[in-house]
Amino acid sequence: MIRYIGRRLLIAIPTLILISMFVFALQKLLPGDPALIMAGDQRDPSAIAYYRLKYHLLDPIPVQYFYWVSDMFHGDFGMSLRTKEPVLTLIGEKLPVTIQLAVMSMFLALVIGIPTGILSAVKKGTITDYIANIVALSGLSIPNFWLGIMMILLVSVHLGWLPASGYVSPFDDPVQSLRTMAMPSLVLGAMIASAFMRHARSAMLTVLKTDYVRTARAKGLREHVVILKHAFRNALIPVVTVAALIFGELLAGAVLTEEVFTIPGFGKLIVDAVFNRDYAVVQGIVLCTAVAFILMNLVADLAYLVLNPRMRDAA
Amino acid sequence: MTVTTMDSVDRATVAPRAESRVWKKLRSNRSALFGFGIVFFFVLVAVLAPVLPIPNPTATDWGAVRKAPSAAHWLGTDEIGRDELARLIWGAQASLLAGVVSVLITIVISVPAGLVAGYFGGWIDTIISRITDALLATPFLILAIALAAFLGPSLVNAMIAIGVSAMPIFIRVTRGQVLAVKTEDYVEGARAIGLGHFRIITRYILPNVFSAILVQSTLSIAVAIIAEASLSFLGLGQQPPAPSWGSMLTTAKNFLEQAPWMALWPGIAIFLVVIGFNLLGDGLRDALDPRETD
Repeated sequence: MIRYIGRRLLIAIPTLILISMFVFALQKLLPGDPALIMAGDQRDPSAIAYYRLKYHLLDPIPVQYFYWVSDMFHGDFGMSLRTKEPVLTLIGEKLPVTIQLAVMSMFLALVIGIPTGILSAVKKGTITDYIANIVALSGLSIPNFWLGIMMILLVSVHLGWLPASGYVSPFDDPVQSLRTMAMPSLVLGAMIASAFMRHARSAMLTVLKTDYVRTARAKGLREHVVILKHAFRNALIPVVTVAALIFGELLAGAVLTEEVFTIPGFGKLIVDAVFNRDYAVVQGIVLCTAVAFILMNLVADLAYLVLNPRMRDAA
Repeated sequence: MTVTTMDSVDRATVAPRAESRVWKKLRSNRSALFGFGIVFFFVLVAVLAPVLPIPNPTATDWGAVRKAPSAAHWLGTDEIGRDELARLIWGAQASLLAGVVSVLITIVISVPAGLVAGYFGGWIDTIISRITDALLATPFLILAIALAAFLGPSLVNAMIAIGVSAMPIFIRVTRGQVLAVKTEDYVEGARAIGLGHFRIITRYILPNVFSAILVQSTLSIAVAIIAEASLSFLGLGQQPPAPSWGSMLTTAKNFLEQAPWMALWPGIAIFLVVIGFNLLGDGLRDALDPRETD
């Protein structure tokens, strides 16, 4: 197992190097001298000279890349042009907000998506299956920012049940925090639930055709025991591992959800950074997201190993 | 001689039979036909936009600001009196164009890359696969936002950003299909009679991975349309005053209480066209899958 983890971590290294090259190359897409952009509108010559020296902009590009990477290894992801704060500090401040949104959305998605998928598979070909499939396909086809706008219109503007925007930390006021995050979590969760439903249905349909389920039925076990005790547990294995992979969609969805509900999280940070031409922040976020995504993939692989004894032996 | 025989078998018997089977299955799939109908309707509307009897989508009318749907303005007007229906129809052009062009950008780059990686294997495959892994490690929309941010906000740059972000999936799909196809007898046969790599790839492998690429393209157009709307919603796609469904929603968000219809129509349009492509893609996948029985 440890050797397997080590091997997977080793495979991640070239991927990380390539991502860092890609993120570094992004700033080279910008027209003109990066020092001029960093110096702001005043374009003070001493500031321009300072940035050229600090970021080694007069050196060849491979040398610039080397310095850039070595700064990151020392925890220096650059400085926000707008707030003059270190990028890593900014990300650290916003991350808990997005984590709360992601956890609540994931919870709702699992609670809605998996039982619906299982039910749809068990009732394959019936009206229940048909409706569940339509709902799942609709969930994947509705742009989540539009769903958010429609929910604000209905729940906040017309019914006045929940606040339309803003954020309250659960440590300050847990009830108000839940109220502000309920709608965004549902919007983001709905998108992910549709994906879970499709995966759960497909996994359950595969499991229901296996010999051990047929044997369990042949033994005369009741249908709900066969479904819940034998089929469900095994169908859950691929779905749980998919949960880690859906993390990427969750982060991307959070960008739009946070924008619609004006939540000051990770997603709002990247959008604001884009419009303030705060490129160091954009680069930092892309890099952090990629690292998190690689780690989540590793967690997915490990979860698969832990849950599936056959894979454990193979590893 | 052998090549002629293989070609004649491919073209004269197997292909038409497979085509008719696929077509028959697709025609009998009501969901796929419904999806095709939706897509066809939107394509028709987008193409006919210049000749339809609708107002100029950018013409403002300060006497008809935020008017609810009426006989004069079927879908109402926006915050500066522009006709919502006209903007919706012209917005269809931007959305469909973005969906199709970004997927074409992806195909032009990633299908040859996937073909080369899968066919030759070795170090070429390793390099292409590592680049694919790196691109896959960044969530699609975040990658597209970052690219669009650095390229600058415009519809063309949004299409490039979406196209580049969608590349890893296409490379993976193509490579996977090539790996399955390249060990088939007819490829081995083509190799045995001394055909060159380029001829084998273009004549024997590409036609056999085409169906997988077609299915992925249809589903990817749906993803690309949502991505373009998302980028336009964030201000990184189509720039005002040119109409786009995403940017219409950005404006609508500020007038939810006064003019809720502004937020309704663009969202419904995105939903319909995306579900159309998804249904069509699912139908194509089922029809082209030989494991699916009639």
